[in-house]
Amino acid sequence: MEQNLGPSSGIESPPTLRRVAIDPVSRVEGHGKITLLLDADNHIHEARFHIVEFRGFEKFIQGRPYWEVPFIVQRLCGICPVSHQLAAGKAVDQLVGVERLTPTAEKLRRLLHFGQTLQSHALHFFHLSSPDLLFGFGSDPAQRNIIGVLEKYPDLALKGVKLRKYGQQIIEAITGKRIHGTATVPGGMNKPLTVADCEALLVDIKNMLAWSQDALALNEQIHTAHPEHHRFATIRSNFLSMVGSGGELELYHGGLRARSATGAMIFDQFDYRGFQDILREEVRSWSYMKFPYLVELGKEQGWYRVGPLARVNNCDSISTPLAETARKRFKEFGQGGFVQDTLAYHWARVLEILHCVESIQALLHDPDITGTDLVADLGQKRRVGVGVIEAPRGTLFHHYQIDEQGLIVKANLIVSTTSNNQAMNESVRSVANEYLEGHEITEGLLNHLEVAVRAYDPCLSCATHALGKMPLQVELLDADGTLLDRLVKGSNGVIGRTA
Amino acid sequence: MSADTKQNTITIDGQEIPFLAGQTIMDAALAAGVYIPHLCHRQGLTPHGSCKLCVVDIASKSVTACTMPAMAGQQISNNTPALNEARKTITQMLFIEGNHICPSCEKCGDCTLQAMAYHLGMLDGHFPQFFQRREVDASHPTVMLDRDRCILCELCVRASREVDGKNVFDIAGRGTNAHLIVNSTSGKLVDSDLETSDMAAHICPVGAILIKKSGYKVPIGQRTFDLHKVSEIGLEKTILTKVRQPDE
Repeated sequence: MEQNLGPSSGIESPPTLRRVAIDPVSRVEGHGKITLLLDADNHIHEARFHIVEFRGFEKFIQGRPYWEVPFIVQRLCGICPVSHQLAAGKAVDQLVGVERLTPTAEKLRRLLHFGQTLQSHALHFFHLSSPDLLFGFGSDPAQRNIIGVLEKYPDLALKGVKLRKYGQQIIEAITGKRIHGTATVPGGMNKPLTVADCEALLVDIKNMLAWSQDALALNEQIHTAHPEHHRFATIRSNFLSMVGSGGELELYHGGLRARSATGAMIFDQFDYRGFQDILREEVRSWSYMKFPYLVELGKEQGWYRVGPLARVNNCDSISTPLAETARKRFKEFGQGGFVQDTLAYHWARVLEILHCVESIQALLHDPDITGTDLVADLGQKRRVGVGVIEAPRGTLFHHYQIDEQGLIVKANLIVSTTSNNQAMNESVRSVANEYLEGHEITEGLLNHLEVAVRAYDPCLSCATHALGKMPLQVELLDADGTLLDRLVKGSNGVIGRTA
Repeated sequence: MSADTKQNTITIDGQEIPFLAGQTIMDAALAAGVYIPHLCHRQGLTPHGSCKLCVVDIASKSVTACTMPAMAGQQISNNTPALNEARKTITQMLFIEGNHICPSCEKCGDCTLQAMAYHLGMLDGHFPQFFQRREVDASHPTVMLDRDRCILCELCVRASREVDGKNVFDIAGRGTNAHLIVNSTSGKLVDSDLETSDMAAHICPVGAILIKKSGYKVPIGQRTFDLHKVSEIGLEKTILTKVRQPDE
């Protein structure tokens, strides 16, 4: 929104350069901005993606009892609160000395997390990203939103809405609410699922399977049929994800696996409780978000990507048959190597939707899911707990330390979007150099930058978004601060140019 | 009612209600199934008159129903828009004076203050939040004291003295400095003689005194105020007898 040429902008503006800011970036969760530094001929000198929000959760949970934490930290997010609740819940299990949950509790948590991932992924693809993919990155912004999709592709849009709703119904059945319910307690869960709950949820499962396959086919088609998508915002990166004991795709619990851009294994089946040995975070002055890196590769080379693209690239298999078949097609597209295409995040994300639906179907038929043995025997209390989960946007770390009274004295959260911080910046640079270099800035071109960021599905603060109608103002100023050009998008979505 | 007790009546919002000698307006109202909003009153404990939610009007005079003796012929206004608006304002003050983070509080759904806010149609705190810094005492093995949520109703103080036969709690300080203190050499719960079975450990209408290892175990949909309205007569007994024993 604002043009700021001061040092807080993060990019120093030499006298001959101009700064362009996209602030806020729209159709992402939360608030961020993109800044470009251009010379008089519109050549890109620097491009950065900034996170400008400060939340402070790690600080203000200090002094609170550990059993409260899952329900405080889930308030980080309105989209993926379950992931935060479960990651914190896993850490709390360690604090109370529980190594293994009861079968029912573990399956309930897995079911809950599949519901969470399904609804979050569906929200992202159908509501936030499909407008770009269906209408084109530089298309009319008045149409390039979910309302436009509803008008032109009503069948697809409604399926997306219903897929998301289904994921929310799973969450509601287990936690009592679609958003910010309660389910995890130290060592287990607080409520069983009834046979009636399962039967009610199974009524729509065939539709969900069919619709997720349709969405997957659409994404595959879009990506494979558009060669320009292959290189759009594409970068070569390392990948980090959790995998199961057999190397399979795993969203709830497993070991950490990191591989280099060439596919070489950096570590595998790493016990996440020791994550501080393999991950570090770097602070940079121009963003509230840290920059994590793999210790083994160092600050410069150690940045990595997480999320659906990392997970599908990194795993050796997927446990559900339809998703596994789709994964093989994905691997064929990559010709055996990693698919580094940033826009393939969408493909991988929808592939995971299919995996979630298949897994939900299997769990709803599993007799353990309606068991009533919900809480494991508590063991020896510990002072430190680390919970890691594959949240929709990637690997999520929760790390807590408590005092002798059970009150939090230290907390560290590495959220998925943080892990993708460097990658998003690299993608923004790539797009800026390829599409904006030497051109007059237009809304359509600026949206290309947002498309690059959006592919990662960043959750910048987990605040609400506004259907592509967030107010946006981009200004071009010369080195003296004189306004050369201004594009304004109002809260009504109308775009105008003033000078 | 004994044969020699003369039956007298009061009138609350036009409804004639009998009372016994020595009863307060609150006693008579509750016995007759008439709800007067309250937080610091609990049957069996000495009336306190501090929360002021039970203020009713008798002619042009405002009195606290929990301390005002019922007297024959009283014409009492209770459930009126003006009184309920005043009660809502008082409730808003209670919220902003403490640190009540309902969304993540383990008492959510079981909290009488929260239920009262819903009952009175409170939509926000209205007043600027105090953001007071208050100490959490988790030193006791089975009971936690979170002063952030204390509304100074003194139910725990009275329960400890009058029912438990102890003297664990008291209020110290004045005005905005008023706070719940613990009667022990260190000032910590762990050094007091509070036991899990004490009524004082369970009577808190908010989440200031909590039994450890019970948080969030009652799922959403089964909590007290998911199933009941705060205005249901006799509910306090239900809440109090719903004593949750810790796991250890």
